[in-house]
Amino acid sequence: MNVQHLTLHVPEPQPCFGGTADFSGFRLSDAGRVRRPAIDVEASEIRDLAYELVRVLDADGHAVGPWSDACTVDQLRSGLRAMLKTRAYDARMTMMQRQRKTSFYMQCTGEEAIACGFQSALKAGDMNFPTYRQQGLLIAQDWPLVDLMCQVLSNEKDRMKGRQLPVFYSAREVGFFSISGNLATQYVQAVGWAMASAMRGDSRVAAAWIGEGATAENDFHAALVFASVYRPPVVLNVVNNQWAISTAQSVAGGAQATFAARAHGYGIPALRVDGNDYLAVRAAACWAVERARRNLGPTLIEWVTYRAAPHSTSDDPSKYRPQNDQLAWPLGDPVERLKDHLIGIDEWSEVRHVQLKAELDEEIAAAAKEAQGFGTLVEGSKCSPASMFDDVYKSMPPHLREQRQELGF
Amino acid sequence: MPSLTMIEAIRDAMDVMMARDDRVVTFGQDVGRFGGVFRCTDGLQGKYGSSRCFDTPISESGIVGIAVGMGAYGLRPVAEIQFADYMYPAYDQIVSEAARLRFRSAGEFSAPIVVRMPCGGGIFGAQTHSQSPEALFTHVAGLKTIIPSNPHDAKGLLIAAIEDDDPVVFLEPKRIYNGPFDGHHDRPVVPWSKHELSETPQGYYTVPIGEAVVRREGAEVSILAYGTMIHVAEAACRAVGVDAEIIDLRSLVPLDLDTIVRSVIKTGRCMIVHEATRTSGFGAELSALIQEKCFYHLEAPVVRVTGWDTPYPHAQEWDYFPGPDRVGRALIRLMES
Repeated sequence: MNVQHLTLHVPEPQPCFGGTADFSGFRLSDAGRVRRPAIDVEASEIRDLAYELVRVLDADGHAVGPWSDACTVDQLRSGLRAMLKTRAYDARMTMMQRQRKTSFYMQCTGEEAIACGFQSALKAGDMNFPTYRQQGLLIAQDWPLVDLMCQVLSNEKDRMKGRQLPVFYSAREVGFFSISGNLATQYVQAVGWAMASAMRGDSRVAAAWIGEGATAENDFHAALVFASVYRPPVVLNVVNNQWAISTAQSVAGGAQATFAARAHGYGIPALRVDGNDYLAVRAAACWAVERARRNLGPTLIEWVTYRAAPHSTSDDPSKYRPQNDQLAWPLGDPVERLKDHLIGIDEWSEVRHVQLKAELDEEIAAAAKEAQGFGTLVEGSKCSPASMFDDVYKSMPPHLREQRQELGF
Repeated sequence: MPSLTMIEAIRDAMDVMMARDDRVVTFGQDVGRFGGVFRCTDGLQGKYGSSRCFDTPISESGIVGIAVGMGAYGLRPVAEIQFADYMYPAYDQIVSEAARLRFRSAGEFSAPIVVRMPCGGGIFGAQTHSQSPEALFTHVAGLKTIIPSNPHDAKGLLIAAIEDDDPVVFLEPKRIYNGPFDGHHDRPVVPWSKHELSETPQGYYTVPIGEAVVRREGAEVSILAYGTMIHVAEAACRAVGVDAEIIDLRSLVPLDLDTIVRSVIKTGRCMIVHEATRTSGFGAELSALIQEKCFYHLEAPVVRVTGWDTPYPHAQEWDYFPGPDRVGRALIRLMES
């Protein structure tokens, strides 16, 4: 009798280390081709969109199709500025980490359009539950750079009092929930926050954030079940930047079905969007946020992008992916694409672009100088060690008071 | 004052708080329409509507996860985990999220949530319906852990827990839901109505979190216990005629160390009784604290009477459960040592 010997399928990353970056298997939808559904569409009517890619900017930088009218020129210039500022901030903080002024940093290079564009669709009072790569949500709101830097430097002005790893910000007043670091846990919390908003008859919406790798976590699925059952005002963002540290998106299940398609099993409407196209990001974000605001329930959006930088300053991508693979990435660079578009419609120029970059560099250098004046992880002042006993509980129980005394405070 | 069972007292606490504060909501598996498998939320959906008392999908992580989000929003969620044995999928949400949110955000956000869960054995629930995981919570900075032993305390402590600004794990010993079980499983069930601590004030009152209470004053030995074991310890003392001081801890974190130390210094002997497994159980923490604070007053080593370090068995339940015979024998040995 013939026996079929079984074999195990272990996905290989695309592009592979050692080879040249090859994205020929990546299927693009033409810009402007994907329809824009009615705001109250049923999930079942747009299942095909989970396998398309909402794109507005074509190869020549023209804005085309039904998603192309979401932005005014001022909004686009403001988006360009937010992305450039985010990129310059990342560069500066990476340098400060290399100078050993802090322990760790995480850039969002190549992904700036997603956070910056999404934030522009929200209103004051809405709440993001971000991951560690959504600094653009804060920078797009012009949250003070010195404040962000002091957190990264863990110095005396760090609002988190030196407790959190660098980049794990919290800024309640601008709708930025404290970053956990345990993946996916906050996805379901965003659903709970949105349920509370609905239970109270409020008008505020929540935005959940997760990377494609962490969609494998239980909490992602718990969040989708609860969002499906109670239909709270939440946008479920999945940032697919292709890499979970060194693990390709195929190991998270991305080769069998898109991450957007995961919403189908839960009856949640889903879009798959070019995350490197600021116009597409803003249009899709406005669509999903409006659905939430109008009590039409949750929307899942897969933002397709590419992590152009290492996972963090502790990572070395040369060990697992081809050099300069981000240059071969078919969706290009979000900053360059928006810049080309604005220049193409005579609303921007190379000269103004260079000027703006210089202005931002200056602003960031000044902020860095000010922030370092309050100390760095290795030099200058930090929050007192006594403060680590604060905020464990609202009021300090006797055993913590005793331990604080034991430490000498 | 009306005489209530533990179940009625717990339901009454939620009822009182839902009426007083429209931010209080409750949810969990079978909690809404059915009113909970132990009936602790019976009638609350009818009274307060399905957006304040509702059924959830079978996802403990989801139940506690949405509670954290609701708490951060400004509500006062009371989440029910159907059995403490099922809380493990929620452990990450409890430990990494609820317990640390205030600290990691330097007070910007907090999770003022209560996670209720029936715990303990004595109902032939075997290893999936009998566990006492309190030490898994007391080990976590940022959590408060409470275990009441009677209806009066259950209501007052649950109201205090709902009003508390920190996350509270509220463990409900299910064997004493309907009567003060003293471990004599072969004797007729005694109802709460015959017990003075079933007398429960109507309306709002609190029992402060972090205060132990002396259940029985005594001179010869201090017994530290909580939940069902209070009733077991009382029965054991009656049976062997030892004049023990029984301290009902009620709140494990924060712990009322002053009451414990005062008693052990007075009696010079100490026994700790809990249903949970022994190794790294809460008794180990108590024992270490007594060694640190009362060493020179001790006449004998601290003794622990606990569940064995095995999974909770089914057919062998009464060999596992630290009942009055085992506690009584250990008491006699302690008094002789």
